[in-house]
Amino acid sequence: MYQIIVLLPLVGFLIAGLFGGSIGAKASEYVTSSLLVLAAVLSWIAFISFGLGEGETLRVTMLQWIQSGNLAVDWSLRIDRLTLVMLVVVNTVSALVHVYSIGYMHHDPSRPRFFAYLSLFTFAMLMLVTANNLVQMFFGWEGVGLASYLLIGFWYKKPSASAAAMKAFIVNRVGDFGFLLGIFGVFVLFGSVNLDTIFAGTADLAAQLGGHGADAAGEGAAHGDIVLHFLGYALPMSGALTAVCLLLFVGAMGKSAQIGLHTWLPDAMEGPTPVSALIHAATMVTAGVFMVARMSPLFELSPTALTVVTFIGATTAFFAATIGLVQNDIKRVIAYSTCSQLGYMFVALGVGAYGPAIFHLFTHAFFKALLFLGAGSVIHAVSDEQDMRNMGGLRKHIPVTYWMMVIGTLALTGFPLTAGYFSKDAIIESAYVGHNAMAGYGFMMTVLAALLTSFYSWRLIFMTFHGEPRASHEVMHHVHESPMVMLVPLFVLAAGALLAGLLFEGSFVGEGYGEFWHAALFTGAENHVLHDMHEIPFLIAILPFVMMVIGLVTAWIFYIRSPRTADAVAQRNPGLYQFLLNKWYFDELYDLVFVRTAKRLGRFLWKTGDGTIIDGFGPDGVSARVLGVTNRVVRLQTGYLYHYAFAMLIGVAALVTWMMVGGMN
Amino acid sequence: MIDWPILSLVTFAPLVGVLIILPIKDDNALARRNIRNVALWTTVITFVVSLFIWIGFDPSNPGFQMVEDSDWVGSGIRYHMGVDGISMLFVILTTFLMPICILASWESVQARVKEYMIAFLVLETLVVGVFCALDIVLFYIFFEGSLIPMFLIIGVWGGKRRVYASYKFFLYTFLGSVLMLIAIMAMYWDAGTSSIPELLQHPFPAAMQPWLWFAFFASFAVKMPMWPVHTWLPDAHVEAPTAGSVILAGILLKLGGYGFIRFSLPMFPLASADFAPLVYTLSVLAIVYTSLVALMQEDIKKLIAYSSVAHMGFVTMGIFAANAQGVQGAIFQMLSHGLVSGALFLCVGVVYDRMHTREIAAYGGLVNRMPHYATVMLIFTMANVGLPGTSGFVGEFLTMMGVYQANTWVAVFAATGVIFSAAYALWLYRRVIWGVLDKDSLRSILDLSGREKLLLYPLVALVIFFGVYPMPVFNATAASVEALVNSYSAAVHAAPALASAH
Repeated sequence: MYQIIVLLPLVGFLIAGLFGGSIGAKASEYVTSSLLVLAAVLSWIAFISFGLGEGETLRVTMLQWIQSGNLAVDWSLRIDRLTLVMLVVVNTVSALVHVYSIGYMHHDPSRPRFFAYLSLFTFAMLMLVTANNLVQMFFGWEGVGLASYLLIGFWYKKPSASAAAMKAFIVNRVGDFGFLLGIFGVFVLFGSVNLDTIFAGTADLAAQLGGHGADAAGEGAAHGDIVLHFLGYALPMSGALTAVCLLLFVGAMGKSAQIGLHTWLPDAMEGPTPVSALIHAATMVTAGVFMVARMSPLFELSPTALTVVTFIGATTAFFAATIGLVQNDIKRVIAYSTCSQLGYMFVALGVGAYGPAIFHLFTHAFFKALLFLGAGSVIHAVSDEQDMRNMGGLRKHIPVTYWMMVIGTLALTGFPLTAGYFSKDAIIESAYVGHNAMAGYGFMMTVLAALLTSFYSWRLIFMTFHGEPRASHEVMHHVHESPMVMLVPLFVLAAGALLAGLLFEGSFVGEGYGEFWHAALFTGAENHVLHDMHEIPFLIAILPFVMMVIGLVTAWIFYIRSPRTADAVAQRNPGLYQFLLNKWYFDELYDLVFVRTAKRLGRFLWKTGDGTIIDGFGPDGVSARVLGVTNRVVRLQTGYLYHYAFAMLIGVAALVTWMMVGGMN
Repeated sequence: MIDWPILSLVTFAPLVGVLIILPIKDDNALARRNIRNVALWTTVITFVVSLFIWIGFDPSNPGFQMVEDSDWVGSGIRYHMGVDGISMLFVILTTFLMPICILASWESVQARVKEYMIAFLVLETLVVGVFCALDIVLFYIFFEGSLIPMFLIIGVWGGKRRVYASYKFFLYTFLGSVLMLIAIMAMYWDAGTSSIPELLQHPFPAAMQPWLWFAFFASFAVKMPMWPVHTWLPDAHVEAPTAGSVILAGILLKLGGYGFIRFSLPMFPLASADFAPLVYTLSVLAIVYTSLVALMQEDIKKLIAYSSVAHMGFVTMGIFAANAQGVQGAIFQMLSHGLVSGALFLCVGVVYDRMHTREIAAYGGLVNRMPHYATVMLIFTMANVGLPGTSGFVGEFLTMMGVYQANTWVAVFAATGVIFSAAYALWLYRRVIWGVLDKDSLRSILDLSGREKLLLYPLVALVIFFGVYPMPVFNATAASVEALVNSYSAAVHAAPALASAH
């Protein structure tokens, strides 16, 4: 059954991709959507029936992949609770997005291509979450990147869309660079990239570390052994684990748009809105969170790496929320919100609270997909306008969409008893009781971000649906509620956004934790976060709620009671406003430091390196010397600069050689 | 087992085609069509026959198979042929790409069709010979001989600057081979044999190894090409006709890598170990430097040529990592690159045949009129950037994994190639394929023809097949590579003991 769940979207992709032209758009839509609905139903059956069994991890080997020396990699599936949670999330949201797209895309001539890409994405994502080894995970990892690239660039005629697609792929590749090196490191440390072997190795190490206190003298020598040489550093086991974890985390940062590697996510909003809901909110961007949770046995061994994870997550949660405050594009607000919520998940991972992190991933998928699809419904209604400054007063015209968006916002801001309330509070609480050096920082940032989240979320609702209509008369005349095929997915997601927390809190983070997760998530012997978080002071427990109320009230004052306040505040602080509006100037900085430098360097190496120096001294120089003495004299006279440059190149080569020799010994 | 001389048959079958073509006068359209048909059928039959090499190949045997050995020239130089796991698949790759080359030149080459086809058929014989030769003199003859038809293909059927490009090509490669010839003579004096299997067993003195290693290195490094002797390649590619580029990138570049694995590593293990840091340095320089250069290219073919140099950097790095992943990854990378770069050059040829320009700026928005072309190009672009699921990933991944175990600096620098390749390849794709089709010259451009689909679709299938299931390659190469790596590390480990004993 598990193979079927994973392969159904692939079948859909192949049918729509290869025969989409001949079977037509309608057939492609129905085939891909019904296959996905089937996959989603099967996932839920698997999810529920797994709980009835022993909870043993299942492994399904499908095909041999790579076999070289002592490296052996298969195409195989690993089915445990973590996989099943992801299967449910991915297939449910994907099925709903497929159905929704039938309505949303009905004007587009390239629908077969769109649905093929959606199914391709789903397949790659399923390969990622079911992977039983790191290489297959990397396959899914890059596969979702490809699908994301194709979907962001779906409207390839728009220069902004093709630029955004390229940016997404390349920035993700920066993350993949780290991921790859992490995989190699794992292979050196554990002699395998298969999760079972790795986890067996980490269990041994954990046992050794556990015995460390009792028998410090005997164990000390074993831990001092150099196990990995990395960039000139000779690392003992603990350092090597930290290095490997951090490299893997770089990969997670790229995929999950954490600060520094986040710049692609807001631009990715160039893609059609259903894509944003599926890929850039509910599933692909959570791959980083999933990966760290999957590798929890490894990360638990490196407190340093976990501290970094918390720090990055907390910073992102706050930083992205500040940008979200001032954006005017409805999709970009939600995109920054996603970025910020992913930061929350990493805070939880960093303090060792894997359950709450995955719980938030689970609930976030529902309410964030709901918000995006709701935003899509708004955009659909107002003739593809995305700027909230040209909206307003839509509440009466599209009431169903309005209420769906309100439900999504309630869940996102953590209104009591909605899904976000349970999962977000669990994260804030675990940060409060966490032990690592950054846990306090994580707590502060997540609480602050809760305030900002509430403000920008309600700002979005108020600017879009309340107040006076600011759209042109013509647009307002055409405003219409979306068809049922788009609204039904919203209803399903709204039900999830309201109930997912209430229904699953006990299993994901509460008393049912053990029998729900079994061995899928690993927590070290000294990790008591999950226990402690249930015994925090009352004042801390209600703090997120207080923050939410303050954010709501402020937004109400700014945008409903006296709508001039927002502009006035912005005008009084022009520097801060511009800083936030320009997204902390990350794009400008990167363009200057990386893009332009690379281009300039490339041109220099081409024209001067290859052209003047290598060819000049090589074949052209030789023939020139043979051909004419005059020519040679001229060359000698003007050649000083190139002699210098040539010597420099040789010097660089010598230096790098020396570094490598040094690294080997 | 096969008891007929299959290797000689595959090697010299193309010459039968030459004999048939030779009396035909290509002064009318019918004759030209006959010549093309003869060339095509010759190469197709050669390919089909060569598949029997793979079928009859015993993957568990690390040594040479299907050996033919007979007297040839006096004084010990013999006609000695055979394949092992390292060379066998290169023979198949060559025979596979040849019909594609003939078919790719079907319409684009109209002048001197007879000589053109003869040049390709002779080239096939020589290249297959290189991979099968088990006598070092025989190897040298094939190796150097392959230079001549290629030189002619570029020089006669090339573009505007073809003479410059072909001389540059000749000058570079010839310089390297002279040194190799001297080294071969020295090896013969020392070992008293020119048989490759015997030379592989012969322990060359530690003092002699560096010199021999350098002489071979000079030749193979130019062929690869490695930085900084790579500048002939972009020029040669730009001027060569499409099929010339395919064969150049697909096969001729692999002669260098094959040479490293066949000679440098096993015959001069001590020198290889000593000079590995040098090779690593040149490899990562090739990867980073040429990737940056590729980023700024304005000519599609030049961009792909530079990207070839970068990909060959992975190969050299993997070979001198000298472990199973490194060497097998290098072999795989060469085979995969043969398919992918060949296919990319074919893709360039498709639009060049229509527009007669390779300027990136002359294109844009091709997807609007050429959806099939856009799809095929996307798949090969992704294979070129090493997306998992395509053959491009497996080789890159294994070579990096191999070298990571030897030296993490190299792996880190090489891994930046993952980022750069995405940058130049996707930027190219964006400028050529995506966007609005607003150039008047492109308004009536046509999508892939039936012949072009016939060329490209099998390559698409293979690139994906070997990305998902590369095991046939690993099965064939495992035993030979394992034997090679073991004897290499035994020699390197024995050396200090030897030194201390004296």
